[in-house]
Amino acid sequence: MISLQVNGKTQEVDAPEDMPLLWALRENLGLTGTKFGCGVAQCGACTVHLDGEAVRSCITPLSRARGKNIVTIEGLDDEIGHRLQKAWIEEEVPQCGYCQSGQIMSAYVLLKEIPNPTDKNIDDSMTGNICRCGTYQRIRAAIHTAAAGK
Amino acid sequence: MILPTIKDRLMLGALALGTIVFLTAVVRPHYENNHGSSRKMTSVIKVAQAPGSIETSDSRLAESKAAFLKAYTVFMHPRCMNCHPKGDIPLQGDDSHLHLQGVQRGPEGKGVLALKCKNCHQDTNLKGNFMPPGNPHWQMPPMNRKMAFEGKSPKQLAQHFLDNDFTGFKKMEDMIEHVETESLVLNSFVPIDGRATLPMSHEEFVATVKEWIEKGAAIPDK
Repeated sequence: MISLQVNGKTQEVDAPEDMPLLWALRENLGLTGTKFGCGVAQCGACTVHLDGEAVRSCITPLSRARGKNIVTIEGLDDEIGHRLQKAWIEEEVPQCGYCQSGQIMSAYVLLKEIPNPTDKNIDDSMTGNICRCGTYQRIRAAIHTAAAGK
Repeated sequence: MILPTIKDRLMLGALALGTIVFLTAVVRPHYENNHGSSRKMTSVIKVAQAPGSIETSDSRLAESKAAFLKAYTVFMHPRCMNCHPKGDIPLQGDDSHLHLQGVQRGPEGKGVLALKCKNCHQDTNLKGNFMPPGNPHWQMPPMNRKMAFEGKSPKQLAQHFLDNDFTGFKKMEDMIEHVETESLVLNSFVPIDGRATLPMSHEEFVATVKEWIEKGAAIPDK
């Protein structure tokens, strides 16, 4: 059994230490908001927060996540998270939606570190999250909207 | 007490002057030809052998240059050079393409915002082709000392290694310690799935860098 702190709760997971965190979140804990994209840290669909940093859960073994504060899209319920949620709706960002939870998790880290980001800040932070529908312009607009809504 | 005569003093003076002229004419140009005027690094390592042994000195400097050219194959190998690019985006893979995700060096060489190096590069190399290699101290050189290897000729790279503004080392011996013990250097020699290995062992590389420095840290001709 591995004890994980997920979205503010202690969760016991019956899984090997080398299991990727993404598997434990989706299969063991039923937190399916985080998506499997590539499995090799290339696309960003599986992004979650580990002690506040935007890690790729598909390559993060449980041994690394143990003892850390894990936040998934389901647990992003603070003020910045709510602003992002509202902005994403207002700008009608998602098309297919598959990458969007990862996009929002990365956008959260950006706004946490730079409350009023420039386009370049947004590009520098978000370029690792791929959107096959090409919603990048709407993502950028939504981040500006969320920043302005503070 | 026996005081030297004026004649003795003149002979001693001439002898001293002759020695200075000899050293200036033979040894100094030899040193400068191999190090140029940009050399800033101090070193306790002797550059030349015994005075008058120019042939030996030439031979040592030639061996020094050869050693650098051998070590250069490691410096410019993707496993080393990928984190020493000329730009602010690290390189990836055996073909040294720009790092996917468009990650940035950042002021400390640790990435920026949602794309910090350690987000993916963990404490150890991950198994599987194209998975991120890892190290507890994974990072690039910082913005204020980029230490770019990419695109440098052997001559240019050797000149940079003699410049403590480039390396941050106070003396040449620091460079030996760096290649011998620095954890990211050591990590480069650990084989990882799907990547080419360096052209020599770590031990051989360290010995080669030592030879380059101990035989005069000579700069290759081009």
